[in-house]
Amino acid sequence: MAKKIPEIPAASLADIAFMLLIFFLVTTTMDVDSGLRRKLPQWVDPAELEEQNNEINERNIFVVLVNKNNDLLVEGDYEQIENLRDRAKEFMANPYNAENLPEKEPVELPYFGQVMVTKGVISLRNDLDTQYGVYLAVQNELVAAINELRDELAKQEFGKAYEDLDSDKQDAIKKIYPLKISEAEPKGKNI
Amino acid sequence: MSKFRKDDGKELPPISTASLPDIVFMLLFFFMVSTTMREVTLKVRMHIPEATELSKLEKKSLVSYIYIGEPLPMYQSTFGKAPRIQLNDQFATVDEVQDFIIAEREVREEAEQPFMVTSLKIDENTRMSIVGDVKQELRKSAALNINYSSRKRAER
Repeated sequence: MAKKIPEIPAASLADIAFMLLIFFLVTTTMDVDSGLRRKLPQWVDPAELEEQNNEINERNIFVVLVNKNNDLLVEGDYEQIENLRDRAKEFMANPYNAENLPEKEPVELPYFGQVMVTKGVISLRNDLDTQYGVYLAVQNELVAAINELRDELAKQEFGKAYEDLDSDKQDAIKKIYPLKISEAEPKGKNI
Repeated sequence: MSKFRKDDGKELPPISTASLPDIVFMLLFFFMVSTTMREVTLKVRMHIPEATELSKLEKKSLVSYIYIGEPLPMYQSTFGKAPRIQLNDQFATVDEVQDFIIAEREVREEAEQPFMVTSLKIDENTRMSIVGDVKQELRKSAALNINYSSRKRAER
């Protein structure tokens, strides 16, 4: 009768697995990469820039300035960053068609028919000595304002959150509340 | 006499460890799947700012990173304390950003190139001058999709 082959001991399997586990535990970095997504404008040669000086009406620009002490100047007066979002929302929506807030123009859009779309543009300018953290917080508030407006419109029109809509409905809403943040060249090269 | 005293010298059987490898392997696989190996060694210190309007970076293979921050203490004797740019594994100047983007672009397939994203990992105390310079270079090299890396902040 043939001898039975002895079983391979499995006691050390746990040790090996532990070793691998500890290796992965140490090397792992669990940072989900997330961030504020923005699109930079196309590079234009400064020489060409001089010529096309298309005027935008004063009331259509929402001026946000951040100085080197990280103070915020919104439309000519000091503002706390907490209030920036509401100011930006009011500017972009202009619910009562106020004289000092941006003009609107009629646009034909799917799902909405003819709607009045704002011509407002947000202009952001920072100083060379502005802290990046503050700059990003300002950007975040401005993006948040637009996102909130889009979300409110989506809920009012389709009864759903903006993120849950189909892409063509999202596009229609995007046309009504465009994310127009223009960034001017920073000032203050030699303080 | 008591009903409950029944241990007549019998020892407790040892707990079976046969399932231990299975449990450990399960953990192991979890970490193996969720892990992302960091390809670069960071030479700058960054404290990433917080934001609320975040979007996740979906395709890791399309992302290139630019780090800006104060050099780590061990490099401060050579590079000083002023914030510096790090591309790949070394410190770089603003002029090198364009070359970096071009090199990153070469590696990717042509069809994927329009979807490339540059993730800016910048310390929150950095001054905007250096950030602005980098942004200008990115515009010049037509890498227009950017992502200001930030952490999630609880909504007020």
